[in-house]
Amino acid sequence: MTRTFLTRHAARGVALGALIAAGGLALPAQAQDSIYFANNAYRTGAFSGSGIPIGDGMRDYITMINERDGGVNGVKIVYEECETGYDTKKSIECYEQAKAKGTVLYSPWSTGATLAAIPRAHVDKIPILSMAYGLSASADGNTFPWVFIPPLTYWDGASVMVRHMANELGGMDKLKGKKLGLIHLDAPFGKEPIPILENLAKKYGFEVKLYPVAAADMQNQSSLWLSIRRDRPDYLYNQGWGAMNPTAVKEAVKNGFPINKLVGVWWAGGDDDARAGGAEAKGYKSLNFNAAGTNFPVIQDIIKHVVDKGKSLAPKDKVGENLYNRGVYNSMLVVEAIRNAQKLSGKKVINGEDMRRGLEALNITEARLKEIGMEGFASPVKISCSDHSGHLKAYVAEWDGTKWTKGSDWMDPLKDEVRPVIEANAKDYAEKNAGWPKRTEACDSPS
Amino acid sequence: MDTLYAVFIDPFMQMGSAPDLLVQTLWEGLVAGVLYALIALGFVLIFKASGVFNFAQGIMVVFAALTLVGLYEKGVPAWIAVFLTLGVMFLLAVTIERVVLRPLVNQPDIILFMATFGITYFLIGFGESLFGGNPKQMIAGELGLPRGAVEMKMLGGFVSFQKIDIAAAIIASAMIAGLAVFFQYTRIGRALRAVADSHKAALSVGISLNQIWVIVWFAAGIVALVTGIMWGARSDVSFALEIVALKALPVLILGGFTSVPGAIVGGLLIGVGEKLGEFYWGPLIGGGIESWLAYFIALAFLLFRPQGLFGDKIIERI
Repeated sequence: MTRTFLTRHAARGVALGALIAAGGLALPAQAQDSIYFANNAYRTGAFSGSGIPIGDGMRDYITMINERDGGVNGVKIVYEECETGYDTKKSIECYEQAKAKGTVLYSPWSTGATLAAIPRAHVDKIPILSMAYGLSASADGNTFPWVFIPPLTYWDGASVMVRHMANELGGMDKLKGKKLGLIHLDAPFGKEPIPILENLAKKYGFEVKLYPVAAADMQNQSSLWLSIRRDRPDYLYNQGWGAMNPTAVKEAVKNGFPINKLVGVWWAGGDDDARAGGAEAKGYKSLNFNAAGTNFPVIQDIIKHVVDKGKSLAPKDKVGENLYNRGVYNSMLVVEAIRNAQKLSGKKVINGEDMRRGLEALNITEARLKEIGMEGFASPVKISCSDHSGHLKAYVAEWDGTKWTKGSDWMDPLKDEVRPVIEANAKDYAEKNAGWPKRTEACDSPS
Repeated sequence: MDTLYAVFIDPFMQMGSAPDLLVQTLWEGLVAGVLYALIALGFVLIFKASGVFNFAQGIMVVFAALTLVGLYEKGVPAWIAVFLTLGVMFLLAVTIERVVLRPLVNQPDIILFMATFGITYFLIGFGESLFGGNPKQMIAGELGLPRGAVEMKMLGGFVSFQKIDIAAAIIASAMIAGLAVFFQYTRIGRALRAVADSHKAALSVGISLNQIWVIVWFAAGIVALVTGIMWGARSDVSFALEIVALKALPVLILGGFTSVPGAIVGGLLIGVGEKLGEFYWGPLIGGGIESWLAYFIALAFLLFRPQGLFGDKIIERI
């Protein structure tokens, strides 16, 4: 009750805050020769610390494409944010607004919002891009033709964490008898990796201890960390978001937990998250699939065409931070999918159905990454009609006290372990949701 | 049988086998409890003076902390920023009295209660437009608050006392004591209690209701600033702090809405109770029980004492 109420009033506060913050900025007019793309955002509320840099990165990349290139193949993208305050109920309103305005893509930016949108999107034929978040089972494109979850799912992430543990310990066989703690937000997002971790624990003989954090206690974690002190896990995996992350890093430092054994999911890798722990947070780790920093042509172009011209909402010193670059990466996927959709449909102004085909045909090679100024920024992305994730590589990033650095080589998820569970869960989802539509959409690039 | 053992025997066995962890848990509970008491005090002060549950107390914590950090980021020295923030909280108190409370005099309490919702929404939007939604680091070091920990070997293990927690407990206790003395023994305090008993009677003996309201809202603003500094130092300064402030609700249920000692004892009981509950009994049901256990303790208590621990027993003849 309290949480419902809180999120409701936070969302209302958002309206006023957004009005003032907008400072008279007029929303771009939607024209016949433009492509409309609605993005959920949370620049307000308890999760804004994570939501702001991501929203800035997304917005700036799209602005840069419009400013530098005049849009995608001459068609401008009309980009509009809908403020949710990380509230699933508000996200549904945003979905309905986006649908009414003819968005080519729905970008939920929360696992709860994704779960709520999945059944709607399959009826409305609006593709969902839940980049490395959302329902892991939606990676099965045969069951979920309208949902895309590149470059990897939470289950892949959890398996990369297990691989990282094994690498440090000296092999998968060394996992036996070890203890992995999962600190997680007590919400759909936080709980998502539990099934796969329990499967992997059974197979490799390690133990999983769960440490749920209620949203109301994100900044009040002392008893949880006492439990960690009692249980003495060998590693901790933090599936945290928003204000939960800096508190977890601070508590780890405070409780003397070895900071280099605390590894966050990629969403726990914000610069502000690590900075909160002060000098002692040096060595904190987080999974990652994009690079941090400004030393990439794409980021330099954003600075030149967007930031320096005063068209960004981000302070210049925040450009290139890890979550900002994550937002850039997300928008890059959107733009590349639009290009594919234009090519496949033969139309310049595409619709949602074209966009779905474009997403399904995503194949961003090393050469293409170089062309778009992202060489070394991310690993290649390839998804297919049946595999809407790609289960692609991730690495472990390490906080050096001032910035995120690359702390490991790129690692493949344990795809052989993850994929069967995804397919089984997708089947289960379809069975439990009576009348779930069978895929009828044609496949442009079977592979 | 196993369940009975897990609930009634095992937690106490754990306490006996690792007494250092028990002491650590009690300490963490006491620190949290003192901070809860401090937040609850902000609610109690306003409730006593106006009969209104100030829903805006949580956002006042955020607003005060953000103002402090925001001023510091603009180059204002830390302690001057504290005084300027107090000035801002005073202005806020005056504005609320003039713009919100004064026009609503003699309106039903529920109208005033709803007005505090309006204040909340306004401060959220206004705060976000002034300071942005990015989390900020509390300037604990710059304010001279200590860092690090004191580790004591005891009871076959060790107990770690964070210096910031020690400072928080001392400052919060001193502040609670100071406010209690101020409102118990000073002229203004007596006036406040008179207002709490009866607005009309207080007015009839020349007590200025408007002045009292400004004073209590300012006092609640001071409490909000101290709360924001302490909680902000434990995590960061963001709008999530507003949620922490609502941890005072079960404290108020337990301690009574009109009692300063109730806020203190209630805060400590809730703080210690939820930490012990989470640590020893939480794992039995998957953990994460802290957020609702406090309400459970408070509501269970109400079964036996509906007016709260120190609340006034109201008897009305019909």
